[in-house]
Amino acid sequence: MKELAWLVPALPLAAWAVILLVGKRLPDGGAPVGLLAVAVGWVISLAILFGVIGGDHDAYHVAVEWAAFGPGLEIPLGMTVDGLAAVLLAMVTTVSLLVQLYSVFYMRGDERYTLFFAKLSLFTSGMLIVVLADNLLLLLVGWEIMGICSYFLIGHYWEDAANARAATKAFLTTRVGDLGFMAGIFVFFWAAGSFEIERIIEGVESGRISSTTVTLGAVLLFCGAIGKSGQFPLHTWLPDAMAGPTPVSALIHAATMVAAGVFLVARMYPVFEASGTVLNEIAIIASITMLIAALLALVQDDIKRVLAYSTVSQLAYMMAALGVGGYSAGVFHLFTHAFFKALLFLAAGSIIHAVHSNNMSEMGGLARAMPLTFITFLTGALALAGIAPLSGFWSKDEILTDAWNAGFGQGHEGLATSPAVAQVVFVTGVVTAFLTALYVARMLWLSFGAAYRGQGHPHEAEAGILFPLVVLAVCAALAGFVGLGDNSISTWIQTPLLPSEGPATLNLGLIVAATAVALLGLLAGTALYRRGLPEHEYLERFPPVWTVLQRKFFLDDLYERVLVRGVAGALAPATYWFDQRVIDGVVDGVGLGTRRLARGLRYVQSGQAQWYAAALFLGVVGLAVVVTQLVGR
Amino acid sequence: MTGQEVAFLILAVVGGLAGLLVVTSRNVVHAALYLVVALSSVAGVYLLLAAPFVAFVQVIIYVGAIVVLILFGIMLTRAPVGRRVLDNTLRARVGAFVVGAGVFVMLTVFLAGAFGEARIANQAATATAALGNSIFRNYVLPFEAVSVLLLAALIGAIVLARRD
Amino acid sequence: MPLLYPLIFAAFLFSAGVYGVLARRNAVMVLMSIELMLNAVNVNLVAFNAYLQDQLVSGQVFALFVIAVAAAEVGIGLAIVLLIFRNRETVNIDEVDLLRW
Repeated sequence: MKELAWLVPALPLAAWAVILLVGKRLPDGGAPVGLLAVAVGWVISLAILFGVIGGDHDAYHVAVEWAAFGPGLEIPLGMTVDGLAAVLLAMVTTVSLLVQLYSVFYMRGDERYTLFFAKLSLFTSGMLIVVLADNLLLLLVGWEIMGICSYFLIGHYWEDAANARAATKAFLTTRVGDLGFMAGIFVFFWAAGSFEIERIIEGVESGRISSTTVTLGAVLLFCGAIGKSGQFPLHTWLPDAMAGPTPVSALIHAATMVAAGVFLVARMYPVFEASGTVLNEIAIIASITMLIAALLALVQDDIKRVLAYSTVSQLAYMMAALGVGGYSAGVFHLFTHAFFKALLFLAAGSIIHAVHSNNMSEMGGLARAMPLTFITFLTGALALAGIAPLSGFWSKDEILTDAWNAGFGQGHEGLATSPAVAQVVFVTGVVTAFLTALYVARMLWLSFGAAYRGQGHPHEAEAGILFPLVVLAVCAALAGFVGLGDNSISTWIQTPLLPSEGPATLNLGLIVAATAVALLGLLAGTALYRRGLPEHEYLERFPPVWTVLQRKFFLDDLYERVLVRGVAGALAPATYWFDQRVIDGVVDGVGLGTRRLARGLRYVQSGQAQWYAAALFLGVVGLAVVVTQLVGR
Repeated sequence: MTGQEVAFLILAVVGGLAGLLVVTSRNVVHAALYLVVALSSVAGVYLLLAAPFVAFVQVIIYVGAIVVLILFGIMLTRAPVGRRVLDNTLRARVGAFVVGAGVFVMLTVFLAGAFGEARIANQAATATAALGNSIFRNYVLPFEAVSVLLLAALIGAIVLARRD
Repeated sequence: MPLLYPLIFAAFLFSAGVYGVLARRNAVMVLMSIELMLNAVNVNLVAFNAYLQDQLVSGQVFALFVIAVAAAEVGIGLAIVLLIFRNRETVNIDEVDLLRW
């Protein structure tokens, strides 16, 4: 079955082309084509995953030479199907399939319906390329496909200038990270002589590549992950990306594209593990990110923004796990998060559809009006908060355990992260868990509790929208159990270099503490928001805090002032001047110079005989002098 | 300094001055008259150089016919008077002076270099008979050619200048 | 006398003629300057003839031919000047620049 893995990205790519070319003429605007492509891919992915679960842990690798620019510069086109890839394939195809199904109903009547499905298909193939790629260049191709599709999808309603700006912001911000990413790829190519991931890992493990190079390369690669996965300081694009349609937010900004950064680190984990500097950097950035994102989620009115900041925060959890050596913990959380976050977004979409507004200030009391939506949303929310036995609990717990072990206990041997950093990770992880539960409770009560504050008549969504919600709710509830037992997700994704740490160790004290913290957060949130939206938000009582949070820690302002105005204000006009004056000047100058020369030369044809005669006599004098000088007197 | 040389010097000075005035005079008619003086002095020089026949031909043809022709031309073209009308711009005149001076310097330098030591021997004036002999025996072809040329010029001038 | 005397005299007349050709605006004056130049050439020829004491007196013969040609040339030249004057009311050669760019 693994040989067929290439079909999984290839089918959606073909679907994109088909929908783009003939979609409008197909029944239902081409959506079935997209659905079919992903569905087939989903079946194949599940088959592969079951194979892995059944014990087939070997990595299947096949490659074809794609381009060669001389010896030593061959670029292969290949795929690696190992446990990690299998898990991701299954997750991505499942969520994609459910989101596409949801979109058929949610986006019905949209004037760019067909194009939307084309974009979704292209995006899906991009993510799947990233998952399966065996070399960094191919991974970059998939990475960039996702980047541009994200731009297209966020800007789906581009008539509103704000949406177009959000799309541009997303694209450019991730681009900044991509610069580092590309630099990292080239560092490793230069150091290892190949783009292939296996070659690079081999080079690092064998010690052929110096540790400084490894650190440099890893730091640069991580830049790409910072951009794509919305870590501080490149997280500013994610909240604004909510301008796109809700299915887009569910697919791209919850489950797949933003997970690509985490996947990258996991895929190249032996490289990252080899450098303590990089691990520390990852852990610190992740800690900062999870904290500020959770704080910002507390003060949002737009329900999608709460979920966006929540995503940033949870991604930071995954990164933090990877930073303290928790390879399987990070991937596990990636897996569970995809389900419950996609669920939350899709359910939010259902709510938004019903009340025609994103703002929680116009919601409330929907638990009675939309019961099924409420139950599914609740499941997702509790999973997010980390309440047992839902999936989020298990994965978040593993992360905290790994952080504890690395910081206060015995981390797994050879871990290069410094204990102090791991302690910071642990503490921020716990605090963030509290904050997460707090904003989750706030979100629940403001949307579903108390009385309805809005204008319309909300009612339950149709079956087509509810079906994916139910499926995802089941996944969100049960996905956590893959972390238990002997044949757990940790076993599935192991590689010879990253052996499984065995079943999840259940540190009872930690479990109790984590649950306590989460419950505390939920209680606090309930207490504060039980009666719905207060007159003024509680934090408004602390003006400086409120301002800082409202202005998103002034990061957007900073970027706007320094980077955007610096480039647009100074660099761009300077470049324009250079282009107009110097470059065009050279081109124009050739023309002008010729004209001037001609203007001078035309006097040879003045039509005035005296001028000719003068030239003649002068010439004679000149010749006479020259000849006598040359010939000798 | 032989008498011959003195005579020559006088003639040369007069002729040179006249030539200079031809090209710098502000009045066309004056210029034509200065030309007469210059041409006459050249005739005198011919006499000193043992070429009496040439001298006479010079006076008859040049001074007699050509200058008259020029005077007619001046009359028929309403001879304008004044520097502004007759001369080129100052810039052109300066340029012309440079060229003229350049030519003079070059000629002088080269001629002095080549013939500085040469002297013309005293000799008897060439007999017209000898000249005639030479023309009609040795140079009869160019003579005929020049005749045809004169005929052509005559006819050509008539054709060009007639009013029809 | 030294050969140089008539030669320098001729050179001077020639240079004056050159100046006249280039500096004068009136067509008739230009023709006069050309006559000066031709005379200078003649003086040269006759001087060399005297110096070399040629048997065939070629120098003088040549000088005669030059005079004849000069006469023809003045005739034609003036005819042309008259024609131009008739057509354009001017003998200013600056204004006869039809071959201009």
